[in-house]
Amino acid sequence: MTSRVSETVGPECDREPWPYPVGYGHETELSADVLVVGGGIAGCHAAISAARRGAKVIVIDKGAVVRSGSGGAGVDHWGGAFTNPCSKITPEEAIAKSDEHSPMSSAYAVKHIQYITFKESWDAALDMEDWGMAIRDEDDDFVGADFRDEETKLLFAYDYDARTVLRVQGADVKVYLHREMKRLGITILDRVMATSLLSEGGKPGGRVVGATGLNVRTGEFYVLKAKAIILTTGQPLRIWVFNTELAGSYTAHDDPNCAGDGCAIAWRAGAEFALMERSMDSSGPFRYPAYGTGNPTNTWYGCSIVDANGKEIPWVDSDGALLTTIEQRFHPKPGKGLARLIPDLAERIKSGEFALPLYADLPAMPEHERRAIFGLMVCHEGKTRIPIYKTYTEAGFDPDQDMLQANVLPAEVTGRIPVWWDVKSSGASAVQWRETAFGGGGGLLVDWDMKTNLEGLYAAGNQVTGYMGHVSAAATGRYAGRKVAEYVRTAPDPVADRLQVDTEKERVYRPVAREDGIGWKELQAGVSRIMQDYCGREKSETVLRKGLEWLASIEESEAARAYARNPHELWRTLEVMVRMTVSEMIIHASLARRASSKDLDFWRFDYPELDPPEWKKFVTTRLDEGVVKVGDRPLGFWLEEPYAASYEENYRLHSAR
Amino acid sequence: MEARMTPNPQTPCAAVLFDAALCNGCNRCADVCPNDVMVHDLDKGKHPVVLYPDECWFCGCCVGHCPKPGAIRMEHPLSLRVGWKRKETGERFRIGMKNPPSPNTRPPVGGW
Repeated sequence: MTSRVSETVGPECDREPWPYPVGYGHETELSADVLVVGGGIAGCHAAISAARRGAKVIVIDKGAVVRSGSGGAGVDHWGGAFTNPCSKITPEEAIAKSDEHSPMSSAYAVKHIQYITFKESWDAALDMEDWGMAIRDEDDDFVGADFRDEETKLLFAYDYDARTVLRVQGADVKVYLHREMKRLGITILDRVMATSLLSEGGKPGGRVVGATGLNVRTGEFYVLKAKAIILTTGQPLRIWVFNTELAGSYTAHDDPNCAGDGCAIAWRAGAEFALMERSMDSSGPFRYPAYGTGNPTNTWYGCSIVDANGKEIPWVDSDGALLTTIEQRFHPKPGKGLARLIPDLAERIKSGEFALPLYADLPAMPEHERRAIFGLMVCHEGKTRIPIYKTYTEAGFDPDQDMLQANVLPAEVTGRIPVWWDVKSSGASAVQWRETAFGGGGGLLVDWDMKTNLEGLYAAGNQVTGYMGHVSAAATGRYAGRKVAEYVRTAPDPVADRLQVDTEKERVYRPVAREDGIGWKELQAGVSRIMQDYCGREKSETVLRKGLEWLASIEESEAARAYARNPHELWRTLEVMVRMTVSEMIIHASLARRASSKDLDFWRFDYPELDPPEWKKFVTTRLDEGVVKVGDRPLGFWLEEPYAASYEENYRLHSAR
Repeated sequence: MEARMTPNPQTPCAAVLFDAALCNGCNRCADVCPNDVMVHDLDKGKHPVVLYPDECWFCGCCVGHCPKPGAIRMEHPLSLRVGWKRKETGERFRIGMKNPPSPNTRPPVGGW
């Protein structure tokens, strides 16, 4: 085995020409009915859904759509499948109790998005089956298993009675989606970053008529016009912590390309956001490969955990009653939450009753459970097929004999419930939810049509505020695709404003005109430092305002001297600019919520009262002619005027099925 | 012994390793990588150049799309290598150890 890293960095490398044709400034103009920005899970489902209804669709992505995005490396469990033939819970029952059913839920879950997910999760799974993904145990590997339905051959996870979460074989989920997109004749532009949204007449706040793009390999420029745009970029990440030195881009869970492009370009176009102030407490210490350490939760749910001396950590049900068998972990009482490790684990570690490190005792699990955890879930879940299953088994790991070690963490973190020891630790102080995963945090506010406040602009997946995940991306993507296909039938032809295009083009290429100044990594580290210091866990008006001052100063000083020596560096430099905008958005949203909130993990020491009733609402922010406009919406706005009073009725009126 | 002026080695690790004898230079790995960790070599037929290992997400898609088994592998940085214990014997193993146990050749559910 050889690697050419040592030959290709540094002085020798500087002499090599860029391997792709460089076309800075070269412009290509394309138009379509629908432009999908972000070819991840939501974007692919949206594109397919719109194209099936006759719309001409363009999809752009910074990576290659065949693998790009946070779902690009797989999916193993398909949640919210409340309409599958074995489900014991209806979408309506689920939405009524959703706070208990999902770790992503809280008082601030945006429940029309959740309901759409619950209504269409199973349909999206059937779509995936049509396109090639195995959602059933066709090979009969699990005949007789507690979690298998013998008639449909569906396999279920977590609660084997409720049967709402499927175990699927989705390691190649994007390959199937990509193939279907090609079949439908969708135009796919790989390696193109959206740098701005185009507004009618060049005026932010007006109808969105397209986007500008940059090819991150060649530096070429795109003007993409469309009657409707669906933003399906991911959540902003690596805002507070950007550190590639310790673990590459592993320090946050999602795709490294999730810089917040969609948020930044929509903000500048005048779109309305909610929950950008939300954070999530991190487990703190540095990560290991996701799903790659011993764990009792999520993909490893139900796995027995033992301490360093082989002593088993007991499990309790959601009422705290001790469970005596492994089987009980998968059979919670109807309507109750999942089982978990004892809640006082931290104290019992500190008292010496249990010794660290802990291990996942796979050999203690029944064969079907063991095989389902390591073999089905770990192998098809995101980033597990090659990084975990292949790498670990080739190194000799054998789940039949071996106990995988859990991260060694402080007792308080190990004892925290629920915890994914490998996923929720991200590796630095002052971290916020966006640096970890699965917080259900901020993004674009959309209505029952998945439309934003701007004409022509729709959103789906993690780009939407208040709910998230692979299945939500699939379900809301296919829903938004239908809505947009309907909308473009009567929408006017898009006209790009030349001045807006030229202004953006000039901005995009500034860094390549500079020979020296500041590199993108130093700039990003400096911006992250502002967020750590001025928008950290405990916030106050004066400190937040200082943060805005710092960002504005950096923008006109260091950022104005940022250089890029090739299209790749230009890409990363523009992403730092995106994170600067997102940082400003987060600070503005943090200033707007003048109350602390436990639900939002939001702490204002100048407004210490927790969740006062008058602040139990969504605080919204948008940019209007350069001024930040703050508004609010009541929790549950999706069932108030102008909408109908029930989920079923709104879905019937809006879903375009 | 020769000494040279060179920058420090990159972190976190090489991320992606090639076997030049097996690789046919098809560039599929580089073209599925979400982050352009690798770029095409200027010489056609050679394996890609790992230019940005520090941007690796360790998703392994490059390996999954390789048509020549063994031509490319991904490697976790030392700081991300985990360990395990054999239940019966108490032996301790880890990713990257000097004398690893025999590979476990059982394919995953659904096969490779």
